[in-house]
This record gives sequence, C-alpha cells and structure tokens, in this order.
Amino acid sequence: MALLEVVDVAKEFPGVRALDGVSFALRPGEVHALVGENGAGKSTLIKVLTGVYQPDGGELRYRDEPVRFGTPMDAQRAGISTIYQEVNLIPLMSVAHNLFLGREPRTRLGLLDEGRMYREAGEILRRYGVTTDVRRQLGTLALGAQQMVALARAVMIDAKVVIMDEPTSSLEPREVETLFGVIRDLHAQGIGIVYVSHRLDELYRICDTVTILRDGRVVHTGKLAELERIRLVSLMLGRDMSAVRREGFTGFTGEHATAADAAPVLEVTGLTSRHKLHDIGFAVRPGEVVGLGGLLGAGRSETIKAIGGAYPVDSGTVAVGGKELKRPTTVRAVRAGIATQPEDRKAEGIVPGLSVRENIALAVLPRLSRFGLVSDRKIDEIVRTYMDRLQIKASGPDQRVGDLSGGNQQKVLLARLLATRPRVLLLDEPTRGIDVGAKAEVQSLIDELAGEGLGVVLVSSDAEELIEGADRVVVLRDGAVVGELRGADVTTEALLETIAAAAVVEDSGDQ
Amino acid sequence: MTSESVATRPGVDLARIKAWLPAYGVYAAIVLLVLYNVAFTPNFLAWGNLRIQLIQVAPVVIVALGMALVIGTEGIDLSVGSVMALAAALIPLYLGYGVIAAILISLIAGVLVGLVNGTLVARVGLQPIVATLALFVGGRGLALVISGGQLKDIGNDDLIFLGSGDFLGLPMLVWIAALLVLVVAFIVRRTVFGRRLLAIGGNRPATELAGVPVKRVLITVYVICSVLASIAGLLAVARIQSSDASAVGLLIELSAITAVVVGGTPLTGGRVRVLGTVAGALLMQLVVATMIKHNLPSSSTEMVQAAIILIAVYAARERKSR
Repeated sequence: MALLEVVDVAKEFPGVRALDGVSFALRPGEVHALVGENGAGKSTLIKVLTGVYQPDGGELRYRDEPVRFGTPMDAQRAGISTIYQEVNLIPLMSVAHNLFLGREPRTRLGLLDEGRMYREAGEILRRYGVTTDVRRQLGTLALGAQQMVALARAVMIDAKVVIMDEPTSSLEPREVETLFGVIRDLHAQGIGIVYVSHRLDELYRICDTVTILRDGRVVHTGKLAELERIRLVSLMLGRDMSAVRREGFTGFTGEHATAADAAPVLEVTGLTSRHKLHDIGFAVRPGEVVGLGGLLGAGRSETIKAIGGAYPVDSGTVAVGGKELKRPTTVRAVRAGIATQPEDRKAEGIVPGLSVRENIALAVLPRLSRFGLVSDRKIDEIVRTYMDRLQIKASGPDQRVGDLSGGNQQKVLLARLLATRPRVLLLDEPTRGIDVGAKAEVQSLIDELAGEGLGVVLVSSDAEELIEGADRVVVLRDGAVVGELRGADVTTEALLETIAAAAVVEDSGDQ
Repeated sequence: MTSESVATRPGVDLARIKAWLPAYGVYAAIVLLVLYNVAFTPNFLAWGNLRIQLIQVAPVVIVALGMALVIGTEGIDLSVGSVMALAAALIPLYLGYGVIAAILISLIAGVLVGLVNGTLVARVGLQPIVATLALFVGGRGLALVISGGQLKDIGNDDLIFLGSGDFLGLPMLVWIAALLVLVVAFIVRRTVFGRRLLAIGGNRPATELAGVPVKRVLITVYVICSVLASIAGLLAVARIQSSDASAVGLLIELSAITAVVVGGTPLTGGRVRVLGTVAGALLMQLVVATMIKHNLPSSSTEMVQAAIILIAVYAARERKSR
C-alpha cells in the first residue's frame, strides 16, 4: 500500500516540460530519496505533492484514494508537511510561538495559555536537540536550530508524510546526527519521508528507496542499497559510468603549481570584528587555492565578507598585491581586484529579475561604456565570452536569471566576478545546492582560474571539496584561526581532527 | 532547455495573457477608451479638447517620470507634491532677478530636497516611505512659510509663455514633458546609471557586492525625482499665472504613483516602464475626461480609477508569482 502516490503526472510550463509521465510512490515508514540534477523536476514534483502546483495530467493518490490538493493548506491539513531549504518561520516571534503558530494552547477562557505553551515547546524541542530558551526570538537562533524548530512544527501537525528539501544544507555535522535520529523516530512511527539531497553520503546512510529523475522523467526507482553509488551518479547525469569513474566525483585535478616564494597576492592581517572575528590572518599566493575550514558559525563567511568590504571590521588590514586597502568598502575591494561570491546566491548574488546579460555586465558597466552610455556591442562581447567559457545553459542572454537552474545561476554569478578581471577570488560555498554536473564544472573552473594565477579563497562545508580543491586549509573556530593544514596534511582526517579538537573545547563551554 | 523547443511550442494562452497584461494592457485600455469616445463623445477629436487634455496631463507625466525611477529602486517618494509647492513658492520671490534666476533657484531647491531624501534612504537607511514622509509634511509647510501663505500673481511674460504658449502648434508644456520623457527613457535604457538603478531595485545586497556605488546611485535617483517635481511646480505656476503654495501639487504623489503602477512598473523594483508610465497618466486622464463628458458624478470617476489601479496591481502580482 502506498501512502502518497502520483501516477503518470505531467506538468508543463511555457517552454519547458517539467514533469513528463512521472510515477512515484511513498510507502509508510519509508525514507525515500528523491534525486536528480537541478532542473530534473524534483522541485516541481514536490510542489505537485504539496498542492503548490496542479498537475496538467495524471493522478495524485493519498492513502489509495485519488485526491486533489488545491492549495498547500489542503495538503498540510491532510497530513503532508514540507520543510524547505530556507526556514519558513517568523524570525521576530519566539521559538514557542513559532512552534504553536495557529494551534496555540488556550485556557478555559479562550486566552493564550503561555505557561503550557512554553513548557510543551521546551519538551518537544529537547527531542530535536534544541535546548535553548523557547522564549527567545527565533531569528536569534542558529540556522540549524531554526530548521529543527521547523521540523518539529511539521511533525507536530499530525504529519503522515514529511517532505525534506535539502534539510542538511545549513546544518553542522552534530545537527545532522540529531536530524537523522529524528528521521529514524519518524520512520519507526510509520511516517513516510521524502528526502531530497545532493549529498550522497547522507542518502546512503538514511534512505531505503531512491527515485532518480532526469529531464522530467523517472530514470530509476528501487532499493537504494542495491544501487551502486557510481551507478546512481551516472543515472543522474545520464553519463557513461566509465566516464564518471575516470573523472571522479569532483572536478578538481590536484595540486596547483605555485612558486613557494612568490609574493602573496592577498594578505590578511589581524582582522578583528567585535564578537565575530579575532585577529584573523593568512596570505594567498598567486595560483594558490586556500581553503577556509571550520564549522558553521566559525566565522568563515564573515571573514570572506570582511575581506570583500561587505562586513564591518574594527581593525586589521587587507592588502592586494602588496597594496593596502584603505577603509575597505565593496566598491574599493572590487576596484582593487577582489571578487566576492557570497554564500547566499539568491539574497546577495544574482539579480533574479534581470537578464543573464545584465547580471554578467553589472560589475563592469563603467568599462563597457563611454561618457556614462553603455555600449551594447561591448557588453554582448563579454557576455558571449563568459557564457561560452562557463557553458551557461540559458535560452539566450536575454533570459531572466531567476528562471535558470541553480547551477546556471551560480555560473552567471561567477561570470560577473570574472568579468571584473579579479586578482583574488573569494568563493563562499561555490557548489552549494547545485547539481552534480554543474558542480564538477565549477570545480574544474576553480582549478583553471588558479592555474591562470588567481589567488583563490575557498569556503566549503563539503569536506571532500575543500580537501581536493585547496592547496592549504586554514581552520577557523569561533572567529579565530586554530590551525593550518599544508601539503600532505591536507586530508579529510586531518581536517576533521582539527575541527574536532576545536569542537571538544567548544563543548566544554556553555553549549 | 534549447531555444528551438521554446520557439516551436504553440502559445499557452493564459500564461501569455498574464505576461502581456501588465506590459501592454494600459495601451489596449487607451485604444478602447479613445474608440469609445470617438464614437459616443461629441467633439472628442476637436483640437481644443485634445489640447486641454494634454495640458492637464503634462505635470502628472513629469512627476511620474521621477516617481518611476524611484519605484524602480524599490523606493517611493511621497514628497513630490511638496517639492512642487516649494518650487512654486520660490518663483515669485526671485522673479525680480529674472526668469532664469528664479527657475534656477527652484531647481536648486529640488536638488536639496532630493539630497535629503536620498541621504535618509541610502545612508541613514530609513524606509523610503518614512524618509520622504518627512518632507511631504515639512516641504509644504516650508513653502507656506516662504510664500506667507498668500496667493501671488505672476506677471512675467517669459514664464507665462512656458505655461501657456505654443510652439509649432503644440503647447510648450507638452513639448517640455515630451522632452523629459525622452531624456528619462534614454537614461533608463542607455546609461550605466540606468542599469545600476534597475539592479539595485532587483537585488540591493547583490549590487553592493558587485562593487556598484549603491548609495551614490540611490541619492542621484531621489535628486532626479525631486528636480522633475520642481520643474512640474514651476510649470504649474507658469500655467495658472499665480503661485499658491497651498494648492500646487496637492495629492499629485498619488496620481504619479498611479500612473507608474498602471503603466506596468512593479512596486517591487527592478523594472521601469517609462512609456508605460506616460500611458498610465494618459489613461487616468482619459478616464476622468470621459466621465466628465458624460456627466457622471466625480464619485463614480474615483471608483473607476480605483478599479483600474486594482487591475494593474493584480496583473503585476500574477506575473510576479510564477
């Protein structure tokens, strides 16, 4: 018996057939992995399951009965809860209020029973590893904890089906463990879980079944344990298995040729910002990729932003090619040759409503214009160059960037950075949330750019990416440098050890 | 998705209409309304009537141009009517030094108001609606103080020519408005400044990280908006041949915002439709004119206007939610 099932559904958008005869069945107590490249139709399928979209054809069945979810609310009332990558809660309200929003316990007089609400919220959240004061504003919690609140809320609503869309993308390893614990509980209660993730390790650890989508069609469905990892990747990509084997999982090729005595292209010294960064210093030589390792909240993103002039610092200097930046602002940093790729692509990277062309040209308009008038010819030249080089898949330079897949959005962003002809590239999670194919392309691009003599700073929560991509890894904890891995020491074990050593100290604190 | 798969697919009607309505609906509405008037309104096509309509709509167009730019940055400027009043109040004060001096002074007043608005929004970080509310209230107050609260007659022929004269058969007012439309359209389409403005409206943090001097661009946008408003203010004085700080530009911010929205510029920023804005102003003018010609009460005119605004906003929302 299937809990939630779609049979032969189709969904079409102007110009794209997002789902084409897709069938998918979720059984009670099953953790079902839904995988595919960006643009394969995962999000569309989820939106059909949760009532956001109405399918153009085919049937949706819930507990063996045909259903129609007109709105997301209908689906939720029927017991289908969804947890998105971004937390959909109200940051200014307390944790407990968020948890009980719309279902607050009341006293006999119909008034809000705050005491009971706080007590119950505390009890519930403890099971999810959240031990904070439930009266706190939700927005002041770490992202991971917020996600746990969202999950707890989803499960509380008598959920029969929980859909998780990249739930671990902003979680720390410890939080991932808690999440997996919760998933096992749900599994034992007979709740069906649809689990979407790009992280293969996680899929193999937690999922029973897998459905692979490609180009809006199901290309495989079955037991995950019976599917070899490399076969899964090749099915997802539609690539030959031997090619995957030959090219490996990441697009990195290895060490970069850097003259050990070359003058650094980027020098950061004594970067300090109250409560967040403490005396951070490191140098990057031309052609070198320096990784920043550490847990979420260790100050990696803040460091990146501070170097790029987008985060206020109290003291410390940033020098490019030996020249110190006076009072760094984003304008001065870009002019000095620092290009910053922010962690949050949607909020701080792309301009979704503008075209691919406008997005790529944004940072270099003065160079492509005379007397303040833009030259379309020069812009088109640059745009064509980078669309070719980065193999940006769009219907043309005029397509809205908001309509592209995540991987292509990221490439557009990188094209914008490269168009400024930077000397230093700051990359914060360059491959987060993009499909395997685009990921490998971005990674080999990073290699290539370093080969051309750029200094690269790389932040990645994906240990494999950090280790294979970086020549050196600077490890941060609580906004300070706690170690550095070089040469043969750049291994996953060494990285985890350094972070773990830091974590032990952290745990003895007031966590 | 390849380009041919896009090209060969026949139109999905509803989606087409949804995309089409906010962009071109206003033009279609104008055509329909004109056809209706040609058929049922006596003397609609008489030159005297068309002339009056154009003269009446010109100041709204000029103010709406600036408003469109501000809205393109995801902002709003409530102070435009007060800026008009301020410009109007300053004109009689400095007319003794010549027309040029008086005009310059009122334009400078516009620049100053724009600098204050822009600084409050870009540097202090106030919400545009709150920042410009200050001068919405204060600007007219200042104008009344300057004018002493009195209506002043203007006897300067050069200035009156700007407001009531003709050039090549068309009122000067219309020429000036048309010229400003071209200038603003050019700014939006062809200049670095225009592109940056749209990027800021589309995603300000991203634009900042791209190294664009966001604050400078924003301040410039508010200055342009205020200067356009002061031009509208001094033209209003020139047309009615008197300066009344308590009446000039009253409620024009609402007409301007309406023109912008009806013209298909989304309030969420990132896109500016200059010609659409002009069309939006024309449509609202045409609606009022039609209702008056058919002796309908002004209350029903207002309700029709409200309906048009709702349709425009609804159409824009549909487009956004895809």
